[in-house]
Amino acid sequence: MELLVIIGNGIAGITIARNVRKQHDMKITVISSESKYFFARTALMYIYMGHMRFEDTKPYEDWFWEKNRIDLVYAHVDRIDTDNKLLIMNNGETINYDKLVIATGSHTNKFGWPGQDLPGVQGLITLQDLKLLEENTKDIKHAVIIGGGLIGIELAEMLHSRNIHVTFLIREYYYWDNILPKEDSQLICKEILQHGFDLMLKTNLKEILAGENGRVRAVITDEGDEIECQFVGLTPGVHPNIDVVKDSKIETGKGVLVNEYFETNISDVYAAGDCVEIKSNREGGRNRFEQLWYTGKMHGEALANIICGNRTKYDRGVWFNSAKFLDIEYQTYGFVSNVQREGEKTFLWQDSDMKHSVRIVYKEDDNSIVGVNVYGIRLRHKVFENWIKEKKTVSYVVHNLREANFDPEFYKNYEPAILEEFKKQNPEMENSILNENTFA
Amino acid sequence: MEPLIIDNLKIYKPDKNLELIKKIGLLILGIGVIMLLVSLTGVSAIAPTLFLFLSFGLSIIGALTYCIPVYKEAPPGIKNNKIFFNSFTSKGTIAWFVGIIITGFYVLLYWFPNLLENWIRLLDSISYSFRGIKSDQWFLYGTFYTLAILVMGIKMIIKYRHNRYQIIRTLSVMFFQLGFAYLIPAILLKLNQPEFYFSYFWPLKYHYLFPGTVKGLFSSGGIGYFMIFWGVVMTFIATPILTYFYGKRWYCSWVCGCGGLAETAGDPFRHLSDNSLKAWKIERWMIHSVLVFIVITTALLWINSAMKGTVLGNSSLAFSKTYGFLIGSVFSGIVGVGFYPIMGNRVWCRFGCPMAAILGIIQRFKSRFRITTNGGQCIACGNCSTYCEMGIDVRAYAQRGENIVRASCVGCGICAAVCPRGVLNLENGNPNERYNLES
Repeated sequence: MELLVIIGNGIAGITIARNVRKQHDMKITVISSESKYFFARTALMYIYMGHMRFEDTKPYEDWFWEKNRIDLVYAHVDRIDTDNKLLIMNNGETINYDKLVIATGSHTNKFGWPGQDLPGVQGLITLQDLKLLEENTKDIKHAVIIGGGLIGIELAEMLHSRNIHVTFLIREYYYWDNILPKEDSQLICKEILQHGFDLMLKTNLKEILAGENGRVRAVITDEGDEIECQFVGLTPGVHPNIDVVKDSKIETGKGVLVNEYFETNISDVYAAGDCVEIKSNREGGRNRFEQLWYTGKMHGEALANIICGNRTKYDRGVWFNSAKFLDIEYQTYGFVSNVQREGEKTFLWQDSDMKHSVRIVYKEDDNSIVGVNVYGIRLRHKVFENWIKEKKTVSYVVHNLREANFDPEFYKNYEPAILEEFKKQNPEMENSILNENTFA
Repeated sequence: MEPLIIDNLKIYKPDKNLELIKKIGLLILGIGVIMLLVSLTGVSAIAPTLFLFLSFGLSIIGALTYCIPVYKEAPPGIKNNKIFFNSFTSKGTIAWFVGIIITGFYVLLYWFPNLLENWIRLLDSISYSFRGIKSDQWFLYGTFYTLAILVMGIKMIIKYRHNRYQIIRTLSVMFFQLGFAYLIPAILLKLNQPEFYFSYFWPLKYHYLFPGTVKGLFSSGGIGYFMIFWGVVMTFIATPILTYFYGKRWYCSWVCGCGGLAETAGDPFRHLSDNSLKAWKIERWMIHSVLVFIVITTALLWINSAMKGTVLGNSSLAFSKTYGFLIGSVFSGIVGVGFYPIMGNRVWCRFGCPMAAILGIIQRFKSRFRITTNGGQCIACGNCSTYCEMGIDVRAYAQRGENIVRASCVGCGICAAVCPRGVLNLENGNPNERYNLES
């Protein structure tokens, strides 16, 4: 029987295994040296904070894999021999494959800072990182986090839950402002400060200093400030983990290079998830890196179909993402640029409590919406996806926002305030909405 | 770019004064509990009012002093920090100790109430004031129960102060316990009427539709007729209708006293409910067996009554007593509440309650209620499954984009509250679209 081997049991690898099994009878083996069983990486923070145990992060009970005939191998692949369709494990054993998927995820970015490999300095991606974090943060008082992205703010929240004081060192003007528009970033900055973290904006890390015990003692910023700390969290983004393909014939750039069918340059070898670099199909276009839980899942679903013989191009559909910045939930649908693009306009509403905000980006010419960022209010995925596909106008969206609301019952309705603000900012659009309604 | 300007910022920092207040609260609570134990010896008889204050009064004041300042510690939001590190909330030594104490209390209450005599006497003054008679073991139990719901309800409201569904729902269970399950039955007694709990129905209050009870109420005239009418209407008409529109939550997490205790005093233990597939199988067998048992018992009693005792003879009494002992006392009391810190806060509701079984069947097959999953936003973190007190593996549905339609869901709304990505929502809507099955 045909054997599919998947290296990596994260969301991408496991989604492939499950979806192939749904459609096909082939033998499936998933190899991981991180953990035998699949767990939700997104929940690592909750283990550290004591909200959950490791057991609770496993989306499937242990019997699931045998029942679905998915073999789990808890081992590390050293090398791939594509000529002989062979994997060489670090214990010397070998595993044959007929089809191979590489889904090895990410590594933490490090930018060559002096001291970046000192004990007490680490990133947070894997289960091993979490164990290390437990050891590194035992009985410490002060931590510095370098880089303000999604992992950074989660790591800050984690440390804070253990009563460790956090200093957040961010290179940008505001938190995550290479993704978020300024006002949105400011809202999150306020949330960060409110939790009692120190926030140092426009500050770069220059050096990490060791103490007498050889462990981290302090960091030095590019301003020359020295900040005492016993732990440094490195969270300035991630890059594809391509260690396993390095000495193989599989083509790589920054990631494992694949086309829009997740095919590598070698036949029967595929890659998906964080570790891939999707080649642009346009001349001179930029290659794509998609390093989110959601994209990992979507890659997995698409690739499972391809492996099962339904070779359709990967289409990620209307973009969406979500996060939780301390106590503020964030959702985004469609595309919202951090700096307003040519031909686009923005409607922004922020509640006076700076905990709730809606930003709608729309086209200048026909007022059709391009994307939305929402904070502190939950929106229906389906409704917004349809609105974006159907190119609804911004005034239609603002008038019908209640339809997209997904907050629990009895929550405060912000829609009237949002509409009010919209009318105030765009008095001229009121006439057009009347017409739109008349002909609708 | 201009610098970040932030005004009126309330910064939450560790506060020594708050810690001090909480410690004082614990101290007062400790004194209250000690005085409760002291009262058990009977010394309280010398000054009952004073001892009532020193035991019950100080315990309440202490508990509130401890839990109210929490709102100043951190901004509103889900803060389940260290739940699995705390011995009390993660089946540690303290949890077992507390479990044994509560279980022990139930054993005394059911079978050795004379050992609780001095506590019962402590409540005489209160009992006389609104029941018109002296206190008994059930009044003691009712008082403890109501206080637990009220005090822990306040704690619940503070914990979920950002969540209006939780606030209103908690106020509702506090209201029904205090009014319908404590004050009204007491006042009825004072007015020489039958003691009746308008918030409990057959088959949870199984004997409300037993021939003996019905005949008894019949003989007490006017208000007795109303009570029979109420019981029949609530069981056979209101229950299906309300469950169709709102799901079983209208009762289980908004009205019911067992649910009320589980949602307040039991809140710190909701993550201990077993959410394995095996537990679900056991649950379905057990809860429906209890339902069958009580239906048969009730039917037999009526047949027996109609045939003037020729069917069962005196064994009919034994039949209902068996149920009362096994299900009413051992299951709902000892296991149901005593084992909160070990097996989670809904053991009785999940594995034993026949009312929940009926509500569940209606909810599963004919109801507008569902938990909606929001498109593809699930990150499979598992907070929902972990904190589901009914042991539903919510994540299993959410990560597939499926809505959750389950007989056991009591609609507490905690899954939606702990979800970090806004994926889950309790909704009532078109029953034909309740599953949201896509693939």
